[in-house]
Amino acid sequence: MKLNEKKIDMQKVLAPAALVILYVFFSVVGDGFLSMTVFKNILESSYYIGFMAFGVTFIIITGGIDLSLGTVMMCAALLGAYTFKQLHFPLIVSLLVAVLVGAVFGFLNGVMVAKLKLPPFIATLGTMMMSQGFGSIITKVQSQTWPTATEPVGGWFKKVFIRADLFGVKGFPVGVFWLIGFFVIAALILHKTKFGRYVFAIGSNEEAARLSGINVDNWKIAVYTLSGIFVGLSGIMYAAAYTTITPGTGNGQEMNGITGVVIGGTSMSGGSGTMVGTLIGVFIMSVLKTGLSNLNLQAPWQTFFTGLVVIGAVLLDIQRTKAANRVKKS
Amino acid sequence: MGEVILKMDGIQKYFPGVHALDNAHLEVRAGEVMALVGENGAGKSTLMKILTGIYQKDGGSIEYFGQEIEIHGPRDAQSKGICIVHQELNLMQDLTVAENIFIGREPGKGLFLNQGEQNRMTEELLASLHLNINARTQIKRLTVAKQQMVEIAKALSYQNTKVLIMDEPSTALTNSEIEDLFTFIRQLKATGVGIVYISHRMDELKQITDRITVMRDGQYVDTVNTADTTIDQVVQMMVGRVIYEEPKSHSNVPPDAEVVLEAEGLTSLDVKNVSFKLRKGEILGFAGLMGAGRTETMRLLCGADRRDSGTIRVRGKEVNIRSPKDAVNAGIGYLSEDRKLFGLCLGLSVADNTALPSLDKLSGPLFVDDGKIHKAATEYVDKIRIKTPTVKTLIRSLSGGNQQKVVIAKWLHRDCDVLIFDEPTKGIDVGAKSEIYKLMNQLAAEGKSIIMISSELPELLRMSDRVVVMCEGRVTGELDISEATQERIMTFATKRELEEAV
Repeated sequence: MKLNEKKIDMQKVLAPAALVILYVFFSVVGDGFLSMTVFKNILESSYYIGFMAFGVTFIIITGGIDLSLGTVMMCAALLGAYTFKQLHFPLIVSLLVAVLVGAVFGFLNGVMVAKLKLPPFIATLGTMMMSQGFGSIITKVQSQTWPTATEPVGGWFKKVFIRADLFGVKGFPVGVFWLIGFFVIAALILHKTKFGRYVFAIGSNEEAARLSGINVDNWKIAVYTLSGIFVGLSGIMYAAAYTTITPGTGNGQEMNGITGVVIGGTSMSGGSGTMVGTLIGVFIMSVLKTGLSNLNLQAPWQTFFTGLVVIGAVLLDIQRTKAANRVKKS
Repeated sequence: MGEVILKMDGIQKYFPGVHALDNAHLEVRAGEVMALVGENGAGKSTLMKILTGIYQKDGGSIEYFGQEIEIHGPRDAQSKGICIVHQELNLMQDLTVAENIFIGREPGKGLFLNQGEQNRMTEELLASLHLNINARTQIKRLTVAKQQMVEIAKALSYQNTKVLIMDEPSTALTNSEIEDLFTFIRQLKATGVGIVYISHRMDELKQITDRITVMRDGQYVDTVNTADTTIDQVVQMMVGRVIYEEPKSHSNVPPDAEVVLEAEGLTSLDVKNVSFKLRKGEILGFAGLMGAGRTETMRLLCGADRRDSGTIRVRGKEVNIRSPKDAVNAGIGYLSEDRKLFGLCLGLSVADNTALPSLDKLSGPLFVDDGKIHKAATEYVDKIRIKTPTVKTLIRSLSGGNQQKVVIAKWLHRDCDVLIFDEPTKGIDVGAKSEIYKLMNQLAAEGKSIIMISSELPELLRMSDRVVVMCEGRVTGELDISEATQERIMTFATKRELEEAV
């Protein structure tokens, strides 16, 4: 029994160790990987993955899944830009629109899963396609741009979310504050609130939770909606980092988020996980992405390796579950 | 009685940190039923897993028909003629009886299946076992007892079966089904098969077994002839201490005690017009055969299922229970017979499970108060003697009895005055059983009202102040404990047949 407990503790250090190893690996084989520019790139691509992952952590702990993360994120970013550039609303309104788009799709997912009892996989597969189509329909398949740093109107957008001259540093990565800030909020919600406790209870045994007098359906809707809000925020961070949003994209981005969560130790079968783990998992994903492009291996390679990591992470998850069950038996 | 066909001697088994079997011993003769008993964790399952090749032994010897053998795996055991019928049925519900029996070794040529031949072979097999089951029936259309017998038939279809292990075969069966099973076992042993029979139900041992081997804490205690031994002696050997199993002689509740819960005309698909009253400090037993609608009635009371009609009154006031939440708010706590499925979040800690229904009380405006949760859980760990290293321990590493206590703690902390125990001692070993009994009596004495469903009549007679008997979804009788006997309860529980006869 002791042996197995040690094994589980091993799993806890596995993700941080993987992050360090990956970082060292790219530093050795990469060209100038240790530079400030690359470091900033790592941070910048971790923002939007991070927000997706924080949200979907809640869903995965309840035993669900959300495949619509990527396309809803793009839809939020598209519609935000559309309200700003085409409809000429103030930028603050388009930020709210982005969050709202995320929340609405999240709520929709929640209602389908909790009330209509659709399997999360199918329900979110549906919204994945709906959100992709919806963004294209509204924008008439035109790319949308968010304001760049030099634009007179809304030039503050990048300065607030991505980089600004701060503390005497030129181009300080301010997005880190948002990432850490919302990480703390997500961690507090997950680990310190009643809501968070119910998330674990539902994932561990939904029927037992229901019979304990918990309104499981409503809490589930809340979980998916909360995740949707985080996805909306990730749309904003994506927009701030990459400026131009193309309709019809976003497909596959959800895997960055989901993989980050699973590498971070959250079980796909629900009931266990931590927000710190997710944060580490997110950095693993962004180091991987940035490292590969640093080696001049572009998008196709990144997709290929993400797929590989997904499989690896889920294999790891299966081993973890097995180890936990072994402890139970002996 | 036949020759000794199997002898396991000095068996040792180590798991990391646990000495699971220490000098375990078992002997089986041809044509006998050997009971293997012991509390949970005594090592029965581990020993059987070694015998069927699932585990490898770390020491000791297995002698089979006079020769020392090694068992290399489940297939090896099977080919040697050692078969097991597991407690959980491993049948594919949508396939037919014949398909299940011959799965993996279907008769036929090449890719093609000879279904006629398969059915014929199955019918032959079933007929030889005097089983009245159609080979072409889908498993899900059979009763659990019949399914059990299909499992046994499957084990015996490996032609040369000499030793058959049955792991708690009667758990899911009704009394009349158990009778069928026993008849079947008697026929089987007449053919010279040696049977190892694992059971928690002491009354069965007397009926069906020839000898009893007792294990405790991974060690061999003794083997005795069933005929020369009393159940009390066996139980004593199992737990190493004396346990009293005496029926209650009279009710502890004054007849004018306050009515805490009143159900009137509860009706749903499986429940027909059920009414009863529960008084303060009372333990109300619910007796009946499997499928009598007892659990279904309780699920209506606790809001797990919706009722079609009927009223529920708590302390004289009508409450509209439409969800478990309503029931919990009315102070009704339900302890399911399947703790793992309905009672506990196995992946969470003792403290979190205890706090689950009362998190509202244990939270501030924003955050839950882990200090308070910890304190509350610790309080109940002490109060009802839950054996756990700490309250942060994951519930899955606790024993069945202690898991059950956590479910009780959960409802006590939620201030539930009505506790519904559905088969509270199912799958719990003898020592822990009397702990649960003690606890229930203590709760009743403190003024909680308890409903207890049980299929074990001695348990009902020992615990209840009053017994309600159900049959086919209806209440067919109500007995004060002073007038309740096993016979009278059974008469009510089978009243349907009597009525039909009239």
